[in-house]
Amino acid sequence: MCTYQTTTLGVSGSGKGARGWFPLTDATVYFDHPVHASAEHTLNIDLRNPERGPDSRVAVELDPDAARALAEAILRTLEAVPQALRTAARSV
Amino acid sequence: MTDAMRAETVQFPGDGGDTIEAYLAQPLDGPPTGGVVVIHHMPGYDDGTKEITRRFAAMGYLAVCPNLYYREAPGASPDDAAATARAQGGVPDDRLVGDVAAAASHLRALPTSNGKVATIGYCSGGRQSFLAACSLDLDAAVDCYGAFVIAPPPEGLPLKVTPLGDRAGDLSCPILGLFGSEDQYPSPDEVAELESVLTDAGKPLEFHTFEGAGHAFFATDRSSYRPEAAVEGWQRIADFFVRHLATD
Repeated sequence: MCTYQTTTLGVSGSGKGARGWFPLTDATVYFDHPVHASAEHTLNIDLRNPERGPDSRVAVELDPDAARALAEAILRTLEAVPQALRTAARSV
Repeated sequence: MTDAMRAETVQFPGDGGDTIEAYLAQPLDGPPTGGVVVIHHMPGYDDGTKEITRRFAAMGYLAVCPNLYYREAPGASPDDAAATARAQGGVPDDRLVGDVAAAASHLRALPTSNGKVATIGYCSGGRQSFLAACSLDLDAAVDCYGAFVIAPPPEGLPLKVTPLGDRAGDLSCPILGLFGSEDQYPSPDEVAELESVLTDAGKPLEFHTFEGAGHAFFATDRSSYRPEAAVEGWQRIADFFVRHLATD
């Protein structure tokens, strides 16, 4: 099935796409049919900078278990970092 | 008559006069024939949809697939264009109708057109095929597993679509619906309700639901492909178009 389940959010950081590194401004997270992965549905993430054009995009299509493990790893990693470093990172 | 065909990218004015890109496939000779506007699925104006467009030309029809994401992403790869369109909530309904109207006019203006035009759409294009048939004067329409024709989309999604059940009375032509019993978007209940709404409105319809098939069973490059449903579905489409696109 085509779930259309989509969430969009603003992000800041950098990503490396087909033309090299670029600043990220937007993310789209959705659970739907993949373009490339060999599964009927995957958790897909597009990290984008629409102002730089449609190809300024870093895309992943993840198995749902892998996506959850990745999300948990991200949260674990962030929680292990001292609060002062996270605050300092934002002010650089 | 030979089996030669020509397939190429063309441009013409779409909704609002904006130039849009489209993939046109047509038999090189033969008698006047009907036209088919192919409405691509949510993943975009991709190789699979162009292959479908060529298949209609091989069946003897004039076929054109407008790139519905051309305005947002001219020249982009289909997956990048689809990602851009998804983030923006998809294609606005009014613009879709204008682009399909322009594609139909382009087909009718071809020298070998018999004046008849059908639409066929897949996935989000299935709903858009129904929408076009409720908004334009067409000869036939095919809805391949289009969701949100009856049911509203879940709340909170950026998708700019609304249910179309109240438009059933406006349907201008016979409609063929092809669905999978294991699909949830549209669910079998939604398909049954659409069938009921169209029947109540006195509209000619032909619906088929294939067992063992889910969403996107026509998509040969995806794991959702179901050969038995796709082969039977193609036959249903061929029979439907012979009945409704033949030269008078």
